[in-house]
Amino acid sequence: MTPPALVLTDLSCLHQRRPAVHHLSGSFAPGSLTAVVGPNGAGKSTLLRAIAGLHDSIEGRIDRGGLRAADIALLPQLGGLDRSFPIACADVAASGALARLGAFRRLPAATGARVADALAAVGMAGFGRRLIGSLSAGQFQRVLFARLMLQDAPVLLLDEPTAAVDARTAADLLRIIEGWHREGRTVVAVLHDLDLVSRAFPETLLLARDLVAWGPTARAFTPETRLRARLVAEAWAEQPELCTEEPHIEAAA
Amino acid sequence: MIHALLFEPFGMAFMRRALAGCVALSLAGPPLGVLLVLRRMSLTSDVLQHGILPGIALGALFGGLSLWAMGLGGFLAGLAVALLAGWLARATGGQEDAQFAGVYLIALAAGVAIVSVTRGIDLAHLLFGSVLAVDDTALLLMAGVASVALLGLAAIWRPLVLESFDAGFMRAIGGRGGAWHLAFMALVVLCVVGGFAALGTLMSIGLMMLPAVAARHWAAELSGQVYASVGLALLASVCGLLLSYHANIPAGPAIVLTAGGFWAASLLAGRRHSLAAAVLRRGHYTG
Repeated sequence: MTPPALVLTDLSCLHQRRPAVHHLSGSFAPGSLTAVVGPNGAGKSTLLRAIAGLHDSIEGRIDRGGLRAADIALLPQLGGLDRSFPIACADVAASGALARLGAFRRLPAATGARVADALAAVGMAGFGRRLIGSLSAGQFQRVLFARLMLQDAPVLLLDEPTAAVDARTAADLLRIIEGWHREGRTVVAVLHDLDLVSRAFPETLLLARDLVAWGPTARAFTPETRLRARLVAEAWAEQPELCTEEPHIEAAA
Repeated sequence: MIHALLFEPFGMAFMRRALAGCVALSLAGPPLGVLLVLRRMSLTSDVLQHGILPGIALGALFGGLSLWAMGLGGFLAGLAVALLAGWLARATGGQEDAQFAGVYLIALAAGVAIVSVTRGIDLAHLLFGSVLAVDDTALLLMAGVASVALLGLAAIWRPLVLESFDAGFMRAIGGRGGAWHLAFMALVVLCVVGGFAALGTLMSIGLMMLPAVAARHWAAELSGQVYASVGLALLASVCGLLLSYHANIPAGPAIVLTAGGFWAASLLAGRRHSLAAAVLRRGHYTG
């Protein structure tokens, strides 16, 4: 499974004309495992949502190499989901399969077994009929990972996969992420656990609205770049001036 | 005695027609209501039932009191209000309640104003419903609307439920979340219009919302809540029509009061999240 590269060209993602991501260019290589790191409000979640096609107000270009929407799986932040919704774990996991099938197609007979396997793989065997409202944050995150497994996408975007989960859950989820990496999928994860990043993620994108550093983790992640990231994020202008930076896109593109 | 109380009223043709109409509404409305509650859109249904009134009044004004003209006018007005409500919800980032209050006040005022200049139409019947108003045409309207709504909901059930739970996921997999939402709103408007003949425009969502709100006290899973809500609505239809007959009050308030009574009973004595469940603390499990 070798997905195409994801290429960002002079990408700006805007919230009411203010950039959350500002003139970002670069690419996620096929099969790469990249951590997106930066302070709060640095545009990390917005960047993932933009790549997944969920952020409308963008300038510049995102080249997904011909991937369809269903080929890019997004793990949203836990807080954004309604966990009081009366739906069972197995149904949440099975919904991942709909990405390929479409909403109306009948689920193949093997889906039940795949759901059971995925739930077992995330350590939730036997939880199939439990409602998600009765789960802890860590257990719910495991169920969302099972949904990602059913979705079986070549590109995975994970927004804070290890936030609000205990050390054991984080370790289990990391093993799953590393498994995806071994299978050749492109994985991009927003993370705040810097220790985890330097331990397990070969590539790092350090973002503070503008690009600070992007490359092999050891090189992208220095005390100097981290200080720069913090300073950018803390600056907030009441009346920002219009950005006059020239687009970097060549006219031919 | 019991026979006179429970069965004799349904010996009359108009009571049987009203019952058949309400049974149709009870089968189609509550499942939509359960989803409205889960989508945090209970208030939207209230806006819709007021929103259809100007359309119904215009239909009566130009269509010469034909029920189909009123129904069509109500449906179009309801769709317009649904689109307006959706736009307001997006434009205000989910803080739409104040705007909703404004919309339904204006719709109600406009509807009442148009009705009062239209000859030959009884405002009270329009607002509060009447079992006598359920003639064969009205019955056909209610049954037809309920059939379309039930089949339509069955068709879009899976994407709609998933979109209600995680709209971002449906959008991310290219699931056209907005289309399901619009189809769902059209079905809700259909049911609201279907209810107005028997229940009146002020209470046409009564059979849709009250059983749906009560259902969460009886079942944990979505499917169980849907069955519970339909069962409660059917029971409320029968009891409400009897109350309407014996107490000589309009069908709308009678049925809605009955459904409201069931909700109160569910709140007090339901299996889940009820006062009884909180008071009667049974032993806890070991794990």
